[in-house]
Amino acid sequence: MTGVLVAALQVVVVAGGSPLLVGAMRQVRARLEGRAGPGVAQPWRDLRKLLRKEPLTPRGTTEVFRLAPVLLMATTLVVAAVVPFLTNATPLGPVADLFAVVALLSLGAVALALAGIDTGTAFGGMGASREVTIIALVEPTLLVAIFALSVRVGSTNLGDIVTSTLHDPALVISPVSLLAALAFAVAIIAETGRLPVDNPATHLELTMVHEAMVLEYAGPDLALVEWASAMRLAVFLGLLANLFAPWGIASLAGPLPVAVAVAALAGKVAVLGLALAVGEVFMAKLRLFRVPELLAGSFLLALLAVAASYFLA
Amino acid sequence: MNTTPPYAAYPAGEPVGYRRQTLTITTGELAGHAAALLAAGFRVASVAGHDDGHRLRAVYLFTAAAPDRRFELHVPLDPTGPHLPSLAAVSFPAGRFEREMRDLYGIIPDHHPLPRRLVRHFHWPRGWYPMRHDAGPPPAFGDVDGPYPFRTVEGPGVYEIPVGPVHAGLIEPGHFRFSVLGETIINLKARLWFVHKGVEKLFHGRQPSDAIELAERVSGDTAVGHNLAFCLAVEDALGLPVTTQARTTRAMLLELERLYNHVTDIGALCNDVGHGILNAHALHIREQLLRINAEVTGHRLLRGAIRPGAAAIRRHPDPDRLAAIAADIAEIVAIALGHSVVHDRFAGTAVLTRQQATDLGTLGYVARASGLDIDARRDHPMADLGPSFTVSTHTAGDVLARFTTRAAEITTSIANISDLLDRPGSGGDTDHPDQPRPDPGPRSGVGIAEGWRGTITHRIEIDSDGRLTRVKVVDPSFFNWPALPVALANTIVADFPLANKSFNPSYAGNDL
Repeated sequence: MTGVLVAALQVVVVAGGSPLLVGAMRQVRARLEGRAGPGVAQPWRDLRKLLRKEPLTPRGTTEVFRLAPVLLMATTLVVAAVVPFLTNATPLGPVADLFAVVALLSLGAVALALAGIDTGTAFGGMGASREVTIIALVEPTLLVAIFALSVRVGSTNLGDIVTSTLHDPALVISPVSLLAALAFAVAIIAETGRLPVDNPATHLELTMVHEAMVLEYAGPDLALVEWASAMRLAVFLGLLANLFAPWGIASLAGPLPVAVAVAALAGKVAVLGLALAVGEVFMAKLRLFRVPELLAGSFLLALLAVAASYFLA
Repeated sequence: MNTTPPYAAYPAGEPVGYRRQTLTITTGELAGHAAALLAAGFRVASVAGHDDGHRLRAVYLFTAAAPDRRFELHVPLDPTGPHLPSLAAVSFPAGRFEREMRDLYGIIPDHHPLPRRLVRHFHWPRGWYPMRHDAGPPPAFGDVDGPYPFRTVEGPGVYEIPVGPVHAGLIEPGHFRFSVLGETIINLKARLWFVHKGVEKLFHGRQPSDAIELAERVSGDTAVGHNLAFCLAVEDALGLPVTTQARTTRAMLLELERLYNHVTDIGALCNDVGHGILNAHALHIREQLLRINAEVTGHRLLRGAIRPGAAAIRRHPDPDRLAAIAADIAEIVAIALGHSVVHDRFAGTAVLTRQQATDLGTLGYVARASGLDIDARRDHPMADLGPSFTVSTHTAGDVLARFTTRAAEITTSIANISDLLDRPGSGGDTDHPDQPRPDPGPRSGVGIAEGWRGTITHRIEIDSDGRLTRVKVVDPSFFNWPALPVALANTIVADFPLANKSFNPSYAGNDL
């Protein structure tokens, strides 16, 4: 029973905190660039505004377009419930399999790409084409990077990986972990559409990747897409934090360990998010055709991590 | 080119105005004369229709540098069926002017290789020519002149991306049709002229002194450039003297305008590759420059300082502040070029070769970045700019070359302003007392100024009452817009905004 409550709490924390994460990242970037910035709560205000608008769908679109935001949100919520964020022993633990989690996250991304094509506009198709190119290069990296961690545990269950790291903290500074963490970080940057792969702040349609796909969404649908995108960012950063530095996670049920786990998760994700935002200030966007080179590099790191996990075991 | 035998280099004309000759010829003589002038090193500066009431007239203005020369060919035409031989085969810009002239005056260029509408879109009614004296108010739009198709590129995997005319930023309307294979642009068509304002016709009937506000608003970011070209044309027509002090002040204002626009685009180019912090700093510098503009002229965009025969400013800019700004800009440019990703995005993107730049007749920094050594400040000098003035050219013709050309021009401009301020007797500039000499008979004038985008040419005609009867405004964007699709062939779609910003042609100056 408590396990169910913790899983529910994970969903609430991710859903409630992710817009604040995005807001904080934008605010940090604004301040570093010498702008005032709209404040940390601005994404929540935007969501409230969008959710109150009337739903609109472009003429000629089908159920694919209407279902994609729901599917994106649903897959993200499931992942938020099952992965070991607050405890490494959730009742849904067996679902938190490496392949299941990556597949669920990809399902949402592919649904959105299909919706982009479904609009029949040039921008939707162009964005979807670019997004799928990037997904195709990112998903293997995600799988292989986490797989490198699972080799030493002998299980692809994320909870087991976290537990083993908790029992043997020295693993964190092993070459396997460091290589995998680096590969995972690059994949996250690409997957969540941050600089230098995609520029989330641009208004130039022709350069967009993620934003071009969702150009036709408006009102509550757009709110769902934006919210789910923020949650995906939080989920990825949370995964990075807990797979490679799981301290603070609640091994025992009880209000106090869970409260500590919430604070630890929020702290770790905030640090990672802010580091990402600060890094973006000093970065420029890569030429589109250079993105595969970057992602190939990250895949190579992940592959090295797997090789290292066999040779150094 | 056939250089017609009776003329050694090019035909001799009747001297009129400043370094200008004029010649009235028949349509049959046009091709030979034009070819001779082009062979003698002249370029087509403007081609304009004129409606004299009882007849139509086409005026071809050619200009040449070293020494500064202007040559006009006047071709009277029958208003019932005006036809001209097309010069498109010898000059690409002339072919574009001919299409404009046909749309506005109904003067038909014979054997034009691209006899399609340019300025008036297809929904403007057939047979209605807005610049004719009897045109009347604009009629209602209707789909009356048939389809106006885009060139279709066919083949497996080729798709079209339509962008605009309404864009996601505060820019003017223009429709871009990309034919794309994967991410690579195979063909780009830029369709402009969505907001024809009839600016040239608004000049008609005004006294020159009442037309300054209009000249300053031809293109909002080029208030000094266009107003200066207009005032030079008025002075040429009326024979108004201008003091050296006024010339110096004008030269300084022209550089101030160049400065704030170049800084804006330096920042915007960095922003377009996602390096927002440099844009934030460039905007900070731009605001400082706009405030200096306001202190100098009373207007942030430098309006109201130049009038025919005069230039009046409130105070001189502080050279120390400008020097500090120059150092800040140099730092931004150094950071941008030192950033490997920014440099990679700029280098090799949207290359305009020297040959293409020459053939299209490009002007300004676009031409100079492709290796063409042209600058009206030297070729058609209006004031002595001193030893600090140099024309900086690059040869690569890519975004990086346009970026570095403009960065170099910023340095030159600031050095220039300091030089001009140091001139003895340059303080306390005042209005010039000279009044227009009452002169009987119609007159004409040509004004050429190097605005920040490139060479601006105004040609005006004034009737015996001193009223403007025709003002032909030529913004460098008219020449530079066709270079954009040429440079973008085989560039990727995602680099279009960057390439477009590196050219930054004006919509308003193009669509008059």
